[in-house]
Amino acid sequence: MEIIMTVLASILFATGIYNLLQKQLLRIVIGTVLVSHGAHLFLLTMSQLKRGAPPLVVDGVTQYTDPLPQALILTAIVISFGVTSFLLVLAYRTYTLNKTDNMEELRGSEHE
Amino acid sequence: MIYAVFAPLLFAVLIPFLSRWKDRVHTGWLILPVPLAIFIYFLQFVGPNFEPQSMSVDWIPSLNISLSFYLDGLSLLFSLLISGIGMLVVLYSIYYLNHKEQLGHFYTYLYIFMSAMLGVVLSDNVYVLYTFWEMTSISSFLLIGYWHYRERSRYGALKSMLITVFGGFSLLGGLILLNIVTGTTSIREMVAQSEVILDSPYFPLILVFLLLGAFTKSAQFPFHIWLPDAMEAPTPVSAYLHSATMVKAGIYLIARFSPIFAGEPNFFVVVSLFGIVTLAWASYMAVRQTDLKGILAYSTISQLGMIMAMLGFGTDVALFAAVFHILNHATFKGSLFMIAGIVDHETGTRDIRKLGGLFTLMPISGTLAIFGTFSMAGVPLPFLNGFYSKEMFFEATLLNQAAGPFGQFLVAAIPVLAVVGSIFTFVYSMYLFFGTFRGKYREEELPQKPHEAPKMMLLPPFLLVLGVILIGLIPEVFNQSLITHAADAVFGEEINKSIYFWHGLVPAFYMSLAVVVLGVALYLTKHKWEGVYSILPGKLSFNRIYDWLVEKIESTSNRITTSYMTGSLRLYMVLLLTAIFVITSGVLVQTGGINLEVTDVAPITVTEVIVALFIAFAAIATIFTHNRIAVILTVGVVGYGLSILFVLYRAPDLALTQLIVETVTVALFMLCFYHLPNLSKTKAPLFQKGINVAISVGFGLLMMVVGISAYNSRAFDPISDFFIENSYPLGGGDNMVNVILVDFRGIDTLFEVAVLFGAALAVYAMIKLRRNKGAK
Repeated sequence: MEIIMTVLASILFATGIYNLLQKQLLRIVIGTVLVSHGAHLFLLTMSQLKRGAPPLVVDGVTQYTDPLPQALILTAIVISFGVTSFLLVLAYRTYTLNKTDNMEELRGSEHE
Repeated sequence: MIYAVFAPLLFAVLIPFLSRWKDRVHTGWLILPVPLAIFIYFLQFVGPNFEPQSMSVDWIPSLNISLSFYLDGLSLLFSLLISGIGMLVVLYSIYYLNHKEQLGHFYTYLYIFMSAMLGVVLSDNVYVLYTFWEMTSISSFLLIGYWHYRERSRYGALKSMLITVFGGFSLLGGLILLNIVTGTTSIREMVAQSEVILDSPYFPLILVFLLLGAFTKSAQFPFHIWLPDAMEAPTPVSAYLHSATMVKAGIYLIARFSPIFAGEPNFFVVVSLFGIVTLAWASYMAVRQTDLKGILAYSTISQLGMIMAMLGFGTDVALFAAVFHILNHATFKGSLFMIAGIVDHETGTRDIRKLGGLFTLMPISGTLAIFGTFSMAGVPLPFLNGFYSKEMFFEATLLNQAAGPFGQFLVAAIPVLAVVGSIFTFVYSMYLFFGTFRGKYREEELPQKPHEAPKMMLLPPFLLVLGVILIGLIPEVFNQSLITHAADAVFGEEINKSIYFWHGLVPAFYMSLAVVVLGVALYLTKHKWEGVYSILPGKLSFNRIYDWLVEKIESTSNRITTSYMTGSLRLYMVLLLTAIFVITSGVLVQTGGINLEVTDVAPITVTEVIVALFIAFAAIATIFTHNRIAVILTVGVVGYGLSILFVLYRAPDLALTQLIVETVTVALFMLCFYHLPNLSKTKAPLFQKGINVAISVGFGLLMMVVGISAYNSRAFDPISDFFIENSYPLGGGDNMVNVILVDFRGIDTLFEVAVLFGAALAVYAMIKLRRNKGAK
């Protein structure tokens, strides 16, 4: 199962990066979302899947799923949410100010 | 001794305050005592019974760097030249520079230079030597660019800076290697370990580095090109830096280290060859110049080449002659520069084609110039010091040592080149004097009506010419008290030489004779053979190479920068990702880290595979969808699919959070999308698309390989058992993930909250603040 999940994470990475390489701002934001999804899945997969009960203490159960990656992913989800929302508003502001969402046109004014 | 070195530097700090009264008292008068005191201080050491002095003050003891100074004959000679000529130059500049000029700047730079130069010749520690060495480069840069509003001055200053600092840098490399090889930073101890240095594998590098430093500083062929352009400096500076002191720093360096290299065939070949070629080429080129200072600049280069060649010969007579000529050259060249400055000052031009017949108008300058130029030419008169050292030079060129076929060739070629160089020296010396002071007086071409310079302005060149005559008349006095000690220091052993006027009918005499006869002949027929300069050098010029190099380096680096700094985010992403891909996969392959045989995996179940397929499908669909809402929804599918996976993989908290976050994110996207344009199908070129596909697929594959390989190589057990066991006993909670988040690893959570808070503030600020385009 871990192999399938790794492949899935890789697909998320690949599609995310493909979106990142596009010109439209919205696509770039979507690309970051996909890449962070891939990273979360990757984190979970790397700590082995389904090796016991959910990490809630229940009497009599000795085998639990690794709780540490879950805590890490939880932190990561919240942070990437914050970043995504910021990026989204940034994209919105950029568009309203510059009247374009094409990254090739959004170059620094110092560019010659 | 340390006071002598640092006194000018200390006064350099005071000069800006002193120069406030420059309208009443010329600043030069106020600081003139400094070099005078230093000169008197060093003068007390002169005498037949000279003993070397040394002193040391700690500077950076942990790095073995101390301000250690050592005064032997060679340093003494140079110190006397620096302080003595420095004093005369300050005196001369008082009359040369108007008080409306920025005198504070001028004297500050000049005194920094004086300190630096004294430091160079007195330092015993190689790093201290290097420090002072670069100080001379920098102060020389400032002095050449003194009239910074002139374009030529800036060009000359930059050129000299680039070339000498390039040399200084390689010198540093050489000194560091010497330090590594010998394990000491003291020059004297290095000289004592001469064998170790010669045997070390670094020896060729050391030699090349040191010689590069010395050749660039002393304007040796082909690095001589900065010196003629440095003539844009005020004339006192040219007289001081570019004839008497700084350009001799390279000579000093070679002389100082020559006991180490004595007898080494490569050293002989390289130094002699470059020296003699410099001598011949520069004296040949000097005849072509039309600017008085241009002639003097090339003449300086050629004389430096002569000294350098003699240092290369390494025989006792050669080294003695080299030291002797250092003194002689400083006297006559300093006086000639000053006279050139006077001529410039009084007539308003330095162009020799406009000058002529000035002798009746400026008899004193003319008389002084006779001595200077004739001494430079080596005219055999018993009161001209130039003749003595030239005669010794000819004697020294008749070498009989030779190693290898090239050495043999060199031994044969050196006397010929020496004679050729000296003939041209004779020609330009005569041209310099007769072209300026004799011939037709052309009043209409001169910007000013010439008259004799003020007496005090004539005093410094007069004193220098007095030196020329005194050395010429009583050479033995100078020999016994000064020159012998200096030559001993260079040779490493005692040299007993006497200076005679009449050597008898030896080969050197015939060489001198040939120089005078052929020189007169060539000078009288100069206008007939001048055409030769259009054949050689013709268009061949090292200045062109320098300009081409500077221009090329600038344009090439500019082209490289603009080729990748296009401002396109996509290109940067491509470069970054390619770099990551290449490095990571390279490391993987190199270290053999790829391991795709999986053993310990969870069983595959149908539900998960279906969910995974959904996610993969949705992720791929984002690429091909061009409808805004559709793209946002497909991303939502990925997020929700992920939360289902979290459920299946027994991570309830994750599933919950993911669900909520995904919902909010999709809602946000929905809020924003209304204001964003539709995702029209972009018309990217096929090539670009191909690259995008290649990079993303490659990166995905790489992550897959990395993931599987990492999964297979577990170095040690996870630490989670601790959390599982202690979640309740220590944390007091059943939910291990929550206990980790707020108890075991609470700081993570604190800052995660901070991130969210920061993002919220930023979002608010971005929406509310509208400073640029006005409120909407």
